[in-house]
Amino acid sequence: MRVFGIIFGVAASVISTVAVADKFGDPAAGEKVYRQCKSCHQVGDGAKHRIGPQLNGLFGRQAASHDDFRYSKALMRAGTGGLEWHADTLDAFLENPKAIASGTRMSFRGLKNPQERLDLIAYLRVFSDSPANIPEADPTASPTDHDIDPAILALKGDPEYGEYLSSECTTCHQTSGGDDGIPSIVLWPEEDFVLAMHAYKNKNRSHPVMQMMAGRLNAEEIAALAAYFAVLEE
Amino acid sequence: MTLNRRQFIGTSAAMAAALSAPMVKAQGKPRVVVVGGGAGGATAARYLAKDSKGGIDVTLIEPTRKYYTCFFSNLYLGGFKEIEDIGHSYGGLAAGGVNVVHDWAIGVDRDAKTVTLAGGGSVPYDKLILSPGIDFVEGAVEGWGLSAQNAMPHAYKAGSQSELLKAQLMAMPEGGTFAMIAPPNPYRCPPGPYERVSMVAHFLKQNNPTAKIIVADPKPKFSKMALFQEGWANHYDGMVDWIGEDFGGGNVSVDPNAMTVTIDGEETKVDVCNVIPAMKAGRIADLAGVTDGNWAPVNATDMSTKADADIYVLGDASSQGDMPKSGYSANSQAKVCANAVRGALTGSKVFPAKFANTCWSLIAPNDGVKVGATYEATPEKIAKVDGFISQTGESADLRKATYEESEGWYTGITSDMLG
Ligand SMILES: Cc1cc2nc3c(=O)[nH]c(=O)nc-3n(C[C@H](O)[C@H](O)[C@H](O)COP(=O)(O)OP(=O)(O)OC[C@H]3O[C@@H](n4cnc5c(N)ncnc54)[C@H](O)[C@@H]3O)c2cc1C
Repeated sequence: MRVFGIIFGVAASVISTVAVADKFGDPAAGEKVYRQCKSCHQVGDGAKHRIGPQLNGLFGRQAASHDDFRYSKALMRAGTGGLEWHADTLDAFLENPKAIASGTRMSFRGLKNPQERLDLIAYLRVFSDSPANIPEADPTASPTDHDIDPAILALKGDPEYGEYLSSECTTCHQTSGGDDGIPSIVLWPEEDFVLAMHAYKNKNRSHPVMQMMAGRLNAEEIAALAAYFAVLEE
Repeated sequence: MTLNRRQFIGTSAAMAAALSAPMVKAQGKPRVVVVGGGAGGATAARYLAKDSKGGIDVTLIEPTRKYYTCFFSNLYLGGFKEIEDIGHSYGGLAAGGVNVVHDWAIGVDRDAKTVTLAGGGSVPYDKLILSPGIDFVEGAVEGWGLSAQNAMPHAYKAGSQSELLKAQLMAMPEGGTFAMIAPPNPYRCPPGPYERVSMVAHFLKQNNPTAKIIVADPKPKFSKMALFQEGWANHYDGMVDWIGEDFGGGNVSVDPNAMTVTIDGEETKVDVCNVIPAMKAGRIADLAGVTDGNWAPVNATDMSTKADADIYVLGDASSQGDMPKSGYSANSQAKVCANAVRGALTGSKVFPAKFANTCWSLIAPNDGVKVGATYEATPEKIAKVDGFISQTGESADLRKATYEESEGWYTGITSDMLG
């Protein structure tokens, strides 16, 4: 299932907020950026799983799909739900891994510089099938629509409104923080919460119920929920 | 099932509540009476007590001491749950400040604003919330009436009826026939009968693999039809015979003494017959005079009835527009209603109505599917905004994740309702 390619197409033609629309990354520069990844990941000939999985053949693959690697529940869920690695999803993940899978074990704060991400993605692309051989394959690097306006992140939510809105969440998510089958959402840092909800809203995260619920919340409402859940006592 | 900590506390709190329950009236506080402690009523009572922080006197009238959820009662039939897994006490509500009165409401005096109890006496209200669920339309299935519900159970209110149907299923002779008479629209839980067929088929496949299932259905199609039919073909090939409207599925009579079912003129002897008749609002809605036909029409913004601004109807009994009659819907409507009622009584802020529903169904072990939508209030009705449904041919991993999600939802909604 290619969820993200479609979103990307729409975003690029309609919104076109990102000025670097046709800029490609530089693999050589990406190799330097990759140094930050090396302590956990291997890529290239003979690469093996280490702390993180090996990164050959990454493009077009379902997230968390190496049978011989133990992933976090969160990333497994994302993969099962349809997350595949393409330039756009990788870009979102590399910017802030938690925006895509909140419970990922990849403890990396993210690459904030878009050029570094483009370069790194271009470098990793070298270790997947060559785009020249398969014309329909992913472009090496492409602009994305997941960037969240800092103004949105800066919004201060109204916790009273958040409490009312939260009653929609607690039909499924337990306020006790239980997480069997459905993940816990209490006591998250506000920023993680906001990023995750906007990722569902923009369909960068793949769960259909969450896309639907987040889809109709506006930025203030998401901020209100984040403010409420951040301080919820058990 | 073993007793866990929450249930243990619940039981002792329920006893404390039973002692203090009979109408100790707090002075000067606004009074809300809720009739029916199910998905709608329990949620409304809990949220009103919780959010008003004692500012509203909340009384819940519910005859049963334990609420058996209809949701997951099919999984009980299939052998995935024990009956006690789906039974919940009212202790959590009592501990949360709700006066729980175990009695039937038998009348509503709208002028005096009181609810009459079967046990004698009456309870005054400023706002009355009715969430009595469903009753059956008399004469809906020829030959069947409530007096026949032991011979041919409906099991569409959970508890002893579910146990009865399960016992009959277990006692079926080898190669016997299980018949279901499915209900016409609108009815409680659109995928419910078909999830039940799946769970019965699962049970029979394990215990009585040559048995057959016949479904007589007055509808030409049903909820998640493609998904169920795919699942029946995959897991229970040849076991389920679904007879829709086009093949006379609506032309049905039963004989509970002879244990026969006649579908479009053809009589069949059956071993178990699950009759799910046409439904209407629980009788107390009728007695309160807020129904129009079978259901109680309500305003979408706050679930108040069209007939009386101080009476609200939630869940299955209401006629509201596009939402299906489900536990999830009733729970969602209850929160909107509680917010509006609290606002009207205490002046607290009333936020805009937002509704949602998702119905999960289990087809076979680890083969879960779901359908859901969001809704908004319009002047005419609760109107659908956006929705989704599981697809045929999904991966086994995704189906398993969907089933696990439904388990999470069950834990979530029962604690959201009952504390
Ligand atoms: C087999 C089956 C499977 C289902 N599966 C699902 C599912 O997976 N998901 C889902 O969301 N929904 C499901 N449902 C639907 C769900 O159970 C109902 O939609 C939901 O319970 C409706 O809530 P309610 O508050 O309207 O009524 P109920 O939950 O039925 O509660 C009504 C309560 O009112 C009480 N009552 C009635 N009359 C009086 C009176 N006169 N005085 C006092 N008390 C009274 C009753 O004792 C009862 O406790 C299923 C239903 C069935 C039958």
